[in-house]
Amino acid sequence: MSENLLEVSGLEKHFPITKGLLKRQVGAVRAVDGIDLQVKAGETLGLVGESGCGKSTAGRLFTRILEPTAGKIIFEGQDISHKSVSQMRPLRRDVQMIFQDPYSSLNPRHTVGSIISAPLQIQDMPTPQGTKKAVQELLELVGLNPEHYNRYPHEFSGGQRQRIGIARALALRPKMIVADEPVSALDVSIQAQVVNLLDDLQREFDLTFVFIAHDLSVVRHISNRVAVMYLGKVVEIAERDELYKNPRHPYTVALMSAVPVPDPARRDRAQRERVLLTGDVPSPINPPSGCRFRTRCWKAQDICATEEPPLVTRLDDPASHLTACHFPVVEEEVVAGRRPASTPA
Amino acid sequence: MSTSSASIGASIQRPYLEVKDLTIRFETDDGIVQAVSSSTFSVEKGQTLGIVGESGSGKSVTSLGILGLHRTRSNAKVTGEIWLDDEELITASDEKVRLLRGGKMAMIFQDPLSAMHPYFTVGSQIVEAYRVHHPGLSKKVAREKAIDMLARVGIPQPERRFNDYAHQFSGGMRQRAMIAMALVNDPQLLIADEPTTALDVTVQAQILDLIRDLQEEFGSAVIMITHDLGVVAELADDVLVMYGGKIIEKGPALDVFQNPQHPYTWGLLGSMPRLDRAVRDRLTPVKGTPPSLINLPDGCAFHPRCPYAGRNGNRSFTDVPVLRDAGLGGEHQVACHLPAEERTKIFQQEVLPNL
Ligand SMILES: Nc1ncnc2c1ncn2[C@@H]1O[C@H](COP(=O)(O)OP(=O)(O)OP(=O)(O)O)[C@@H](O)[C@H]1O
Ligand SMILES: Nc1ncnc2c1ncn2[C@@H]1O[C@H](COP(=O)(O)OP(=O)(O)OP(=O)(O)O)[C@@H](O)[C@H]1O
Ligand code: SF4
Ligand code: SF4
Ligand SMILES: [Mg+2]
Ligand SMILES: [Mg+2]
Repeated sequence: MSENLLEVSGLEKHFPITKGLLKRQVGAVRAVDGIDLQVKAGETLGLVGESGCGKSTAGRLFTRILEPTAGKIIFEGQDISHKSVSQMRPLRRDVQMIFQDPYSSLNPRHTVGSIISAPLQIQDMPTPQGTKKAVQELLELVGLNPEHYNRYPHEFSGGQRQRIGIARALALRPKMIVADEPVSALDVSIQAQVVNLLDDLQREFDLTFVFIAHDLSVVRHISNRVAVMYLGKVVEIAERDELYKNPRHPYTVALMSAVPVPDPARRDRAQRERVLLTGDVPSPINPPSGCRFRTRCWKAQDICATEEPPLVTRLDDPASHLTACHFPVVEEEVVAGRRPASTPA
Repeated sequence: MSTSSASIGASIQRPYLEVKDLTIRFETDDGIVQAVSSSTFSVEKGQTLGIVGESGSGKSVTSLGILGLHRTRSNAKVTGEIWLDDEELITASDEKVRLLRGGKMAMIFQDPLSAMHPYFTVGSQIVEAYRVHHPGLSKKVAREKAIDMLARVGIPQPERRFNDYAHQFSGGMRQRAMIAMALVNDPQLLIADEPTTALDVTVQAQILDLIRDLQEEFGSAVIMITHDLGVVAELADDVLVMYGGKIIEKGPALDVFQNPQHPYTWGLLGSMPRLDRAVRDRLTPVKGTPPSLINLPDGCAFHPRCPYAGRNGNRSFTDVPVLRDAGLGGEHQVACHLPAEERTKIFQQEVLPNL
């Protein structure tokens, strides 16, 4: 677990905003606005952050469903940043994506058999014992009844549909899977089934995962390393235990403290230690200067508005722990759990 | 939480909301949906009841039933009793229930866009909600009240935002605006149906904080419906766990979380990764899928998914377990055939170590 399967640097995706008949560009949504990170072979990298911070866009860039506006995407040493659809085709086998919505991501008019076998046919994957057998093996692998080969998606529950999506992603034996909120739409009891399944599959096939979610508990469970995004940027990245034990970025601290703890006995403490953020996430069309979190940060000072903090190792953190903040949170602050008196508007 | 069925004299106070034997079914082309079966529970003023359960377990149908929102559905059949402030609502007139709704009792929904009109400004909708229950009041006074409410729920520059449309608000602000609308008539019963499910955790924390503050201020009874056990643990005094349209466990939040008694509740807790615990190697999911409410399994509806179904002779497969005292002293109740000692033993030895 050391070689990088995927490396991105300076990665940007700006969606143009156009106006009028001539589609004059008047601005851009800076969905992903300069991220550098590596995904090591065999690991699960968790990607967390709030709605609209650019997680899905990042995932679609990693899998080259989207083409970056700037920056580089290197997969297994190959620069795939601007490869055409046909140039990408052989690589499609190696990189797959699982989507959030088990309802809309499967074509309702196709049987499960044809949904799962489609990638095999497009890629001309050899199936020594026939396509049907290959699909049935995949169904079994994800815990579905192989006899349900001819059923339609609507005949399955949400968790079962998500398994169908996973079987489809596995059909080509990919090296890397980007899972975009694969369990967010599922009930907790079903969510756990799917999380365990992903765990098993990773062990069995030595898969590399990028696991996108907004649920910090699920991400902690499944990831080896975790990256926290805010408004198009990675603001902190570290080994899982390091990040959860020792969060440095004020946003990470706020995010973690906001997770409700399922223990009424700790309710008062959880509330006391909670860092309540005020205000909304600013627009990615016109992000704040300097540090993007400064409009909601209780530690912000003048420099935060003028100088963008680089993503680097702070204090005495391990080299793998990077934080983009001029005034990283120290442990005592977290433990004392002080609730910021006020945050700038 | 008294569930005594003795008729109550004037001297004994009925709980502010008392629901007895509430049963709600829908006739559909596929058959009868038994959405809620004999639900009995109560909430006092100043208290919060959390209702948890899987998708489709009857949580929303229960709350819509209390608000009388199934009355207009010709395929719905509602039986039982719902007492709000000593008035029975199932037998009350449509007009009566309509007046209570938005007045004495109010609801916040998961999706504020569906509750707010796209063509009217946020402010004018709050004004309207206020004037319905305060006829004869001048527009100006109502407007001041609306602005005050917007400010109270933490919307910055409320005079200016008064004239915005719902789509101009962010998700968290819409939810605040809907809360402002729900609270404008000082409801004594507030039902919140997944009010934070669509929101980010940091915004969820703001909204839960707001509901908590407002409840303290107004002393209302609150029903918080969610599938997030964390949210329930944060807010609820008492908890109901629903499965297949039935209450399968209920009791004070502390008891239900610290000493859960129903195998489904164990399953819920085991499914959930938690930030306040060490990372487990594997989660312990509930196997299988939730039942169809049209064709509930015989006996205990949970038996096809229950690892302990075989421990009660045939009973789990043939007899519906009734909700009764869990045998722990206190108000804790459970609907399971396992004897109390065995439940405690299983929980302590098999379940707790894996949570
Ligand atoms: N095709 C597109 N055209 C224009 N803007 C887009 C497009 N796709 C995404 N965006 C915008 O880019 C930003 C990032 O979106 P993205 O979907 O990546 O966020 P996310 O972190 O996945 O959010 P969520 O948690 O809600 O899924 C958002 O402001 C979104 O509105
Ligand atoms: N008007 C209706 N006609 C027929 N069936 C209905 C109607 N309303 C609800 N149901 C059914 O009643 C059952 C309970 O639904 P309910 O909305 O209460 O579930 P819930 O517990 O709130 O689930 P969720 O967590 O998904 O919101 C479901 O099976 C649903 O399909
Ligand atoms: S750089 Fe400044 S504004 Fe940004 S997170 Fe750090 S302290 Fe807050
Ligand atoms: S009654 Fe039987 S099947 Fe139902 S929860 Fe109890 S042990 Fe399980
Ligand atoms: Mg997304
Ligand atoms: Mg519901």
